[in-house]
Amino acid sequence: MSENYNISSSPHIRSKTTTSSIMLHVIIALLPATIFGVYTFGMPALLVIAITTGTAVLTEYIYQKLMHKRVTIGDFSAVLTGLLLALNLPATAPWWMCVLGSVFAILIVKQLFGGLGQNFMNPAMAARCFLLISFTGRMTTFVYDGVSGATPLAVLKAGENVNLLDMVIGNTAGTIGETSMVAILIGAMFLVIMGIISIRIPVTYLCTFVLFLGLFGEHGFDASYIVAHLAGGGLMLGAWFMATDYVTAPITKSGQVIYGICLGIFTGLFRLFGGSAEGVSYAIIFSNLLVPLIEKVTIPKPFGKGGERR
Amino acid sequence: MRLFTFKGGIHPSDGKKLSKDKAVQAILPSGDLVYPLSQHIGAPAKAIVEVGDRVLRGQKIAEASGFVSAPIYASVSGNVKAIEPHFNPTGTKVACIVIENDGEYQEVEYKPVKPLDELSKEEVLQLIGDAGIVGLGGAGFPTKVKLSPKEPDAIEYIIANCAECEPYITADYRRMMENPEELVGGMRVILKLFDNAIGIFGVEDNKLDCIEKLKELVKDEPRMQVKALKARYPQGSERQMIYATTKRAIDSSMLPADAGCVVDNVETMIAVYHAVVEGKPLMERIVTVSGDGVKKPGNFKVLLGTNQRTLIEAAGGLNGEPEKIISGGPMMGFAMFTLDTPITKTSSSILCLTKDVVAEYEPSACINCGRCVTVCPSRIIPSRLADYAERFDEELFVRWNGMECIECGCCSYKCPAKRQLKQSIGSMKKIVIANRKNRGN
Repeated sequence: MSENYNISSSPHIRSKTTTSSIMLHVIIALLPATIFGVYTFGMPALLVIAITTGTAVLTEYIYQKLMHKRVTIGDFSAVLTGLLLALNLPATAPWWMCVLGSVFAILIVKQLFGGLGQNFMNPAMAARCFLLISFTGRMTTFVYDGVSGATPLAVLKAGENVNLLDMVIGNTAGTIGETSMVAILIGAMFLVIMGIISIRIPVTYLCTFVLFLGLFGEHGFDASYIVAHLAGGGLMLGAWFMATDYVTAPITKSGQVIYGICLGIFTGLFRLFGGSAEGVSYAIIFSNLLVPLIEKVTIPKPFGKGGERR
Repeated sequence: MRLFTFKGGIHPSDGKKLSKDKAVQAILPSGDLVYPLSQHIGAPAKAIVEVGDRVLRGQKIAEASGFVSAPIYASVSGNVKAIEPHFNPTGTKVACIVIENDGEYQEVEYKPVKPLDELSKEEVLQLIGDAGIVGLGGAGFPTKVKLSPKEPDAIEYIIANCAECEPYITADYRRMMENPEELVGGMRVILKLFDNAIGIFGVEDNKLDCIEKLKELVKDEPRMQVKALKARYPQGSERQMIYATTKRAIDSSMLPADAGCVVDNVETMIAVYHAVVEGKPLMERIVTVSGDGVKKPGNFKVLLGTNQRTLIEAAGGLNGEPEKIISGGPMMGFAMFTLDTPITKTSSSILCLTKDVVAEYEPSACINCGRCVTVCPSRIIPSRLADYAERFDEELFVRWNGMECIECGCCSYKCPAKRQLKQSIGSMKKIVIANRKNRGN
């Protein structure tokens, strides 16, 4: 009489989306920026990408083996972290810096806090900040077209003029993945269309930043100044690919708006009044720390709560 | 056509085309009939027959044992063989009356019915209660209780839940196609109880033919209207249905009556029609048998108490060895380990799946993607609530509105990490309710 069919709690059907399919989508979305970076900076860029990605995956594998945990490199999250880190490094970064950054991202920021989903800071961003603090010189030396020079943002900060078209296309100095606004936006559009990210965080982030810039930037709402700031530095990459990192962003919808506003304000503060021309990475890891607080005050009102009794 | 809906929800592939166009086929039971004494919410019914008694079809064999309870009727004639525990479709063993079918289907003499105009409201309610009608969509709440709110005059809408938003199930669809007059007739009976109410038929737009049919039928009924709803799960959830049809919102602390609404599903309204207009108690229902695990999916009119195996045979038998068999729909139904259970008042479907996708996926870590939040019709945070549930943190669970969960399962369906979100939240809700009871409030 007992046929022993499978039993489990409902529902008995599942959508096809999995964690690894999401990670793969993000990796695909990063390809335009990655390819553009390799095209611009050549073999050294490819090498940096290979080293960070390889080290990230290897670190995760070794750690999980040693700790007798389920090996989760198949979910592609380590690949993504490695790739994101590479895109945030200059192509001139030496191999040991790439290795150090990847190990820091995966081991310290991700695994020691409990692995996927438990890290309170974006691993790639935290690793970039770690390297930025430790090796400021190497992290801020950019070579473009065989000549080492300042990034457009630094030029802008010094009060000089920049070529806007070059900045939008990406014909400038910078980290491997941040230079081309066009390439980044193509990837971002793909993610939005595929329903992987919502525009809530990036749009509030960018709008707040523009507003901040207009109010405190001493240029008013001068279009070319604003576009230069939007296209310059890691803002586009940060807004579309780092700030939208699920794990380190608030899960509540109104919380995501507040988070975007914080990001905009911090980025503006760091860029305009900070010592460095760039501020996106710090703004992101800073805002990451505010997430638990933001979530606490934005618990949504459930459906029907306080409904009218008749 | 203007479509009404709610916020959130999912749109899984609905599988309805397997059985949608199969006309209802009446089938006779084989073997003994088993009637669980508890096939409704509330106190189990009390058996009023003894082993050895001969009963007739339509004879009351168990009576309501409280205000929230419902009587049970024999659907065949024969001898009471035993009163003993049997598995019901939800996997628990409950006391059941077992009747050996003599194959004669000898019926009792039903009381003559009066025309609806001559019945008082109390008489109508009495007839509905006596017929053993409960929410046949799956909830099993005694319909008489639902139709007896404190202030009947404050009820403004009687909503016929014609959404049938669960994938695969087409029982209500067939009812609307084949017996729409009975549905409208049931609505007419219920409207008689509420002088200030209008009746709304809320039908999903994947059943345009039903919408046409019902519109045609109610065009001369000043107190009835048909509203087309977007095909979206869980459109047929009571709170979502009320919102979609009336824009009124209720939470877990409120009853539909608090918003001036009463909701009954198609099969229930038709049972009301049979009880009041034809004087027949609840003895049968429509059941969809579907899924890739049966050879000939279809819709069947079945006597309550029939063994589920009989239905599988009527549907051409199993297709190989299914991995999972579900009583009800794939979103909220119960997985059964055996087919050796009876059709009860709340069995809307038997679903046989050759592949059990739930077993294929292993749950992994939450990546905080928020998909569960986007689809949650109760607008709560399932992933966070499941965390609190898994560590039994009652305080945070309640503060983050865990008790508002309607257990529709959208979160578990959507979760890319394949976490059993609904299961965790549902279990925690039970714990919280038990704790509250123990603390005496």
